[in-house]
Amino acid sequence: MLSAIEPTTSWYLILSAVLFGIGTVGVLVRRNPLVMFMCIELMLNAVNLSFVALATQLSNVNGQVAVFFVMVVAAAEVVVGLGIIVSIMRRRTDATADDLSGLKG
Amino acid sequence: MELVVFVLAAAMVLGGALGVVTRSNPVIVYAGAIVVLFLFVIMLLGVDESEDLSVEPIAKQRPLALILGGGLVAIIIAAVVTGRENFSAAGGALESATLESPDANIRALARSIFSTNVFAFEITSVLLLVAVVGTVVMARRMKSLGTGK
Repeated sequence: MLSAIEPTTSWYLILSAVLFGIGTVGVLVRRNPLVMFMCIELMLNAVNLSFVALATQLSNVNGQVAVFFVMVVAAAEVVVGLGIIVSIMRRRTDATADDLSGLKG
Repeated sequence: MELVVFVLAAAMVLGGALGVVTRSNPVIVYAGAIVVLFLFVIMLLGVDESEDLSVEPIAKQRPLALILGGGLVAIIIAAVVTGRENFSAAGGALESATLESPDANIRALARSIFSTNVFAFEITSVLLLVAVVGTVVMARRMKSLGTGK
Protein backbone atom coordinates (compact mmCIF):
# COMPACT_ATOMS: atom_id res chain seq x y z
CA MET A 1 0.00 0.00 0.00
CA LEU A 2 1.37 3.35 -1.00
CA SER A 3 0.05 5.23 2.00
CA ALA A 4 2.01 2.99 4.36
CA ILE A 5 5.05 5.27 4.05
CA GLU A 6 4.38 8.67 5.54
CA PRO A 7 6.84 11.49 4.90
CA THR A 8 8.62 12.49 8.09
CA THR A 9 10.01 15.85 9.06
CA SER A 10 13.41 14.81 7.69
CA TRP A 11 11.92 14.58 4.19
CA TYR A 12 10.74 18.15 4.38
CA LEU A 13 14.07 19.34 5.75
CA ILE A 14 15.97 17.56 2.97
CA LEU A 15 13.64 19.00 0.33
CA SER A 16 14.22 22.40 1.86
CA ALA A 17 18.00 21.88 1.76
CA VAL A 18 17.87 20.90 -1.91
CA LEU A 19 15.78 23.95 -2.76
CA PHE A 20 18.21 26.17 -0.87
CA GLY A 21 21.12 24.66 -2.80
CA ILE A 22 19.38 25.27 -6.12
CA GLY A 23 18.80 28.88 -5.12
CA THR A 24 22.45 29.30 -4.11
CA VAL A 25 23.71 27.92 -7.41
CA GLY A 26 21.27 30.14 -9.25
CA VAL A 27 22.49 33.29 -7.54
CA LEU A 28 26.09 32.32 -8.24
CA VAL A 29 25.60 31.31 -11.86
CA ARG A 30 22.97 33.56 -13.39
CA ARG A 31 23.68 37.05 -14.72
CA ASN A 32 20.22 38.54 -15.05
CA PRO A 33 19.40 40.52 -11.88
CA LEU A 34 15.75 39.54 -12.16
CA VAL A 35 16.59 35.83 -12.15
CA MET A 36 19.02 36.35 -9.29
CA PHE A 37 16.15 37.90 -7.38
CA MET A 38 13.94 34.90 -8.04
CA CYS A 39 16.70 32.65 -6.72
CA ILE A 40 16.90 34.69 -3.53
CA GLU A 41 13.14 34.21 -3.18
CA LEU A 42 13.71 30.50 -3.65
CA MET A 43 16.21 30.41 -0.79
CA LEU A 44 13.88 32.36 1.49
CA ASN A 45 11.02 30.00 0.75
CA ALA A 46 13.23 26.95 1.30
CA VAL A 47 13.97 28.24 4.80
CA ASN A 48 10.24 28.89 5.27
CA LEU A 49 9.55 25.26 4.44
CA SER A 50 11.95 24.05 7.11
CA PHE A 51 10.45 26.50 9.61
CA VAL A 52 6.96 25.14 9.00
CA ALA A 53 8.10 21.51 9.08
CA LEU A 54 9.84 21.97 12.40
CA ALA A 55 6.94 23.98 13.83
CA THR A 56 4.63 21.07 13.08
CA GLN A 57 7.10 18.55 14.43
CA LEU A 58 7.81 20.38 17.67
CA SER A 59 4.21 21.52 18.13
CA ASN A 60 5.37 25.09 18.50
CA VAL A 61 3.56 27.90 16.76
CA ASN A 62 6.58 30.21 16.79
CA GLY A 63 7.92 28.63 13.61
CA GLN A 64 4.82 29.72 11.72
CA VAL A 65 5.12 33.21 13.20
CA ALA A 66 8.70 33.37 11.92
CA VAL A 67 7.49 32.39 8.45
CA PHE A 68 4.95 35.18 8.60
CA PHE A 69 7.67 37.73 9.29
CA VAL A 70 9.99 36.27 6.67
CA MET A 71 7.22 36.65 4.09
CA VAL A 72 6.67 40.30 5.03
CA VAL A 73 10.38 41.09 4.86
CA ALA A 74 10.66 39.24 1.54
CA ALA A 75 7.82 41.30 0.12
CA ALA A 76 9.47 44.55 1.21
CA GLU A 77 12.81 43.39 -0.15
CA VAL A 78 11.31 42.48 -3.52
CA VAL A 79 9.54 45.82 -3.77
CA VAL A 80 12.76 47.77 -3.18
CA GLY A 81 14.90 45.45 -5.31
CA LEU A 82 12.56 45.50 -8.29
CA GLY A 83 12.38 49.29 -7.99
CA ILE A 84 16.17 49.44 -8.24
CA ILE A 85 16.18 47.07 -11.22
CA VAL A 86 13.51 49.11 -13.00
CA SER A 87 15.41 52.36 -12.49
CA ILE A 88 18.65 50.75 -13.73
CA MET A 89 16.97 49.27 -16.79
CA ARG A 90 15.45 52.63 -17.59
CA ARG A 91 18.90 54.11 -18.11
CA ARG A 92 20.46 51.20 -19.97
CA THR A 93 18.73 48.27 -21.55
CA ASP A 94 19.84 44.69 -21.03
CA ALA A 95 21.84 45.25 -17.85
CA THR A 96 23.47 42.15 -16.41
CA ALA A 97 25.14 41.91 -13.05
CA ASP A 98 28.52 42.20 -14.78
CA ASP A 99 27.59 45.49 -16.45
CA LEU A 100 26.81 46.93 -13.04
CA SER A 101 30.34 46.29 -11.80
CA GLY A 102 31.10 49.82 -13.01
CA LEU A 103 29.32 50.98 -9.85
CA LYS A 104 32.25 49.96 -7.69
CA GLY A 105 34.53 52.77 -6.66
CA MET B 1 -2.12 9.98 1.26
CA GLU B 2 0.32 12.52 2.68
CA LEU B 3 3.07 10.74 0.77
CA VAL B 4 1.27 11.25 -2.54
CA VAL B 5 0.73 14.94 -1.85
CA PHE B 6 4.34 15.33 -0.70
CA VAL B 7 5.80 13.62 -3.76
CA LEU B 8 3.63 15.56 -6.20
CA ALA B 9 4.29 18.91 -4.54
CA ALA B 10 8.01 18.22 -4.17
CA ALA B 11 8.30 17.24 -7.83
CA MET B 12 6.52 20.42 -8.93
CA VAL B 13 8.61 22.62 -6.63
CA LEU B 14 11.92 21.06 -7.63
CA GLY B 15 11.01 21.20 -11.32
CA GLY B 16 10.10 24.85 -11.05
CA ALA B 17 13.23 25.67 -9.08
CA LEU B 18 15.51 23.94 -11.57
CA GLY B 19 13.64 25.67 -14.36
CA VAL B 20 14.29 29.11 -12.87
CA VAL B 21 18.02 28.36 -12.71
CA THR B 22 18.56 26.52 -15.96
CA ARG B 23 16.09 28.01 -18.42
CA SER B 24 17.09 31.08 -20.36
CA ASN B 25 13.52 32.35 -20.42
CA PRO B 26 12.17 32.81 -16.87
CA VAL B 27 8.60 33.80 -17.60
CA ILE B 28 7.18 30.34 -18.22
CA VAL B 29 8.54 28.61 -15.19
CA TYR B 30 8.15 31.05 -12.34
CA ALA B 31 5.02 31.04 -10.23
CA GLY B 32 5.32 32.12 -6.63
CA ALA B 33 4.00 34.30 -3.88
CA ILE B 34 5.21 37.59 -5.26
CA VAL B 35 4.57 36.43 -8.79
CA VAL B 36 2.37 39.35 -9.72
CA LEU B 37 5.10 41.84 -8.89
CA PHE B 38 7.71 39.89 -10.82
CA LEU B 39 5.47 39.40 -13.83
CA PHE B 40 4.62 43.07 -13.81
CA VAL B 41 8.30 44.06 -13.91
CA ILE B 42 9.08 41.44 -16.55
CA MET B 43 6.23 42.80 -18.63
CA LEU B 44 7.45 46.34 -18.07
CA LEU B 45 11.06 45.65 -18.97
CA GLY B 46 10.48 43.02 -21.62
CA VAL B 47 13.12 40.57 -20.40
CA ASP B 48 11.64 37.86 -22.55
CA GLU B 49 14.57 37.79 -24.97
CA SER B 50 16.59 34.81 -23.90
CA GLU B 51 19.86 35.22 -22.08
CA ASP B 52 22.79 33.52 -23.75
CA LEU B 53 23.66 30.72 -21.36
CA SER B 54 26.39 29.19 -23.50
CA VAL B 55 28.99 31.81 -22.70
CA GLU B 56 30.60 31.71 -19.28
CA PRO B 57 31.77 35.20 -18.34
CA ILE B 58 34.02 34.17 -15.48
CA ALA B 59 36.14 31.10 -16.06
CA LYS B 60 35.38 28.02 -13.94
CA GLN B 61 32.49 29.82 -12.29
CA ARG B 62 29.80 27.24 -12.99
CA PRO B 63 31.71 24.16 -11.80
CA LEU B 64 32.75 26.01 -8.66
CA ALA B 65 29.18 27.13 -8.02
CA LEU B 66 27.89 23.61 -8.52
CA ILE B 67 30.52 22.20 -6.15
CA LEU B 68 29.68 24.84 -3.55
CA GLY B 69 25.93 24.32 -3.84
CA GLY B 70 26.25 20.55 -3.80
CA GLY B 71 28.52 20.71 -0.77
CA LEU B 72 26.07 22.98 1.03
CA VAL B 73 23.19 20.59 0.37
CA ALA B 74 25.32 17.61 1.45
CA ILE B 75 26.27 19.31 4.72
CA ILE B 76 22.67 20.24 5.54
CA ILE B 77 21.39 16.77 4.68
CA ALA B 78 24.13 15.23 6.84
CA ALA B 79 23.09 17.47 9.71
CA VAL B 80 19.43 16.49 9.25
CA VAL B 81 20.20 12.79 9.07
CA THR B 82 22.50 12.76 12.10
CA GLY B 83 20.24 15.00 14.17
CA ARG B 84 16.90 13.44 13.38
CA GLU B 85 16.67 11.42 16.60
CA ASN B 86 16.69 14.62 18.59
CA PHE B 87 13.66 16.20 17.06
CA SER B 88 11.76 13.04 16.27
CA ALA B 89 11.56 12.35 20.00
CA ALA B 90 9.72 15.61 20.63
CA GLY B 91 6.73 14.32 18.72
CA GLY B 92 3.32 15.91 18.73
CA ALA B 93 1.69 18.17 16.21
CA LEU B 94 0.04 21.52 16.22
CA GLU B 95 -3.64 21.41 16.92
CA SER B 96 -5.14 20.66 13.57
CA ALA B 97 -8.51 21.98 12.53
CA THR B 98 -11.48 19.83 13.44
CA LEU B 99 -15.17 20.32 12.92
CA GLU B 100 -15.57 21.32 16.56
CA SER B 101 -12.76 23.90 16.58
CA PRO B 102 -11.89 24.83 13.01
CA ASP B 103 -9.65 27.72 14.00
CA ALA B 104 -7.54 26.29 16.84
CA ASN B 105 -4.26 26.75 15.03
CA ILE B 106 -5.11 30.19 13.73
CA ARG B 107 -6.07 31.28 17.22
CA ALA B 108 -2.68 30.19 18.57
CA LEU B 109 -0.95 31.96 15.71
CA ALA B 110 -2.84 35.19 16.32
CA ARG B 111 -2.17 35.03 20.04
CA SER B 112 1.56 34.68 19.38
CA ILE B 113 1.68 37.48 16.81
CA PHE B 114 -0.41 39.99 18.71
CA SER B 115 0.95 39.40 22.21
CA THR B 116 4.43 37.86 22.29
CA ASN B 117 5.66 39.28 19.00
CA VAL B 118 3.59 42.45 18.89
CA PHE B 119 6.69 44.67 18.77
CA ALA B 120 8.04 42.86 15.72
CA PHE B 121 4.61 43.13 14.17
CA GLU B 122 4.57 46.90 14.62
CA ILE B 123 8.10 47.20 13.24
CA THR B 124 6.90 45.20 10.24
CA SER B 125 4.35 47.85 9.40
CA VAL B 126 7.07 50.50 9.54
CA LEU B 127 9.22 48.35 7.25
CA LEU B 128 6.46 48.00 4.69
CA LEU B 129 5.79 51.73 4.78
CA VAL B 130 9.48 52.52 4.25
CA ALA B 131 9.64 50.08 1.34
CA VAL B 132 6.61 51.58 -0.37
CA VAL B 133 7.72 55.18 0.10
CA GLY B 134 11.27 54.38 -0.98
CA THR B 135 10.10 52.65 -4.14
CA VAL B 136 7.79 55.50 -5.07
CA VAL B 137 10.61 58.02 -4.62
CA MET B 138 13.05 55.85 -6.56
CA ALA B 139 10.81 54.88 -9.44
CA ARG B 140 9.27 58.29 -10.01
CA ARG B 141 10.61 60.17 -12.99
CA MET B 142 12.23 63.43 -11.99
CA LYS B 143 10.35 66.19 -13.75
CA SER B 144 13.44 68.13 -14.78
CA LEU B 145 15.22 65.04 -16.11
CA GLY B 146 12.40 62.91 -17.41
CA THR B 147 10.70 65.36 -19.79
CA GLY B 148 13.95 66.47 -21.37
CA LYS B 149 14.71 63.11 -22.97
